Amino acid sequence: MKSWLKSFLALAFSLWITEAVAQDAEMADAFRAEGKIYVVVAIVLIVLAGLITYLFMLDRKMTRLEKMLQEKKQTKTNGKSF
Amino acid sequence: MKQWMKFLAVAILLYVHTAGLLADVPRLNILNETVRALYFHVPMWFGMIFLFGMSLYFAIKYLANPSVDNDRKSVECAHVGMAFGFLGILTGMLWANYTWGSPWHGDPKQNGSAIALLVYMAYFVLRGSVDNQEQRARLSAVYNVFAFAAMIPLIFIIPRLQDSLHPGSGGNPGFNIYDLDNRMRYIFYPAVIGWILIGVWIASLRVRRKALEEKILDLE
Repeated sequence: MKSWLKSFLALAFSLWITEAVAQDAEMADAFRAEGKIYVVVAIVLIVLAGLITYLFMLDRKMTRLEKMLQEKKQTKTNGKSF
Repeated sequence: MKQWMKFLAVAILLYVHTAGLLADVPRLNILNETVRALYFHVPMWFGMIFLFGMSLYFAIKYLANPSVDNDRKSVECAHVGMAFGFLGILTGMLWANYTWGSPWHGDPKQNGSAIALLVYMAYFVLRGSVDNQEQRARLSAVYNVFAFAAMIPLIFIIPRLQDSLHPGSGGNPGFNIYDLDNRMRYIFYPAVIGWILIGVWIASLRVRRKALEEKILDLE
């Protein structure tokens, strides 16, 4: 390979790499530094935990209903056999 | 659904919502912090596709073995899948409003997913319009197969044939390196699993409720 081609490629490659690395997009750094992000995390977790607790309670209620129905069915069939 | 799966889902989601907001993400122009939407918006679609897949499974099972139970499972999975789909569309619109400038940008991915949801809405319209239980179950099971077959190209294929502004599109059809670098995988994949588990849980609750209702009607 010719030397000028080599150096050109090296230059192009290094430029490409620096561009990729130096891509410094604006992020919420100050927000994080102030520690306020933890407030958001706490809020999100409370909402999530609340909804999941609700789901668990719904689940338990359903199990109780299923048992109730089962018992009712049994007493009904027992009543018939008597 | 097993009890341990519910606790696993809860643990995963608590982890995802903490790490999803706190962990480092790649610094990208245009996306900026909204790259984190990958942890919250994309799992909705994965959940939807998984639940629609389950719905399809029970629909085919119904066609092979017509039982009320298979029909019930099929429709309730589709129901929860719709809920996930709507959440996916809504979160996507919110994001598009700030990133693309308008909530409905007419992006192929937006249009495709909206049409897919409409196709599934027609499934419920079809169910609602047939009175005979057996006929309703059979018709909707056949339509379910069609709906799933229509959803796949609408969501996975057509958006990739056109220019889409959606992250992850453009050139590489999958999640390319800029969208999903290795750090993000540790949060993204658990998020997908966690939300799928929650979706299956809700669907199982709906199935139990429906079964209870039918049992009570039988008693009378």
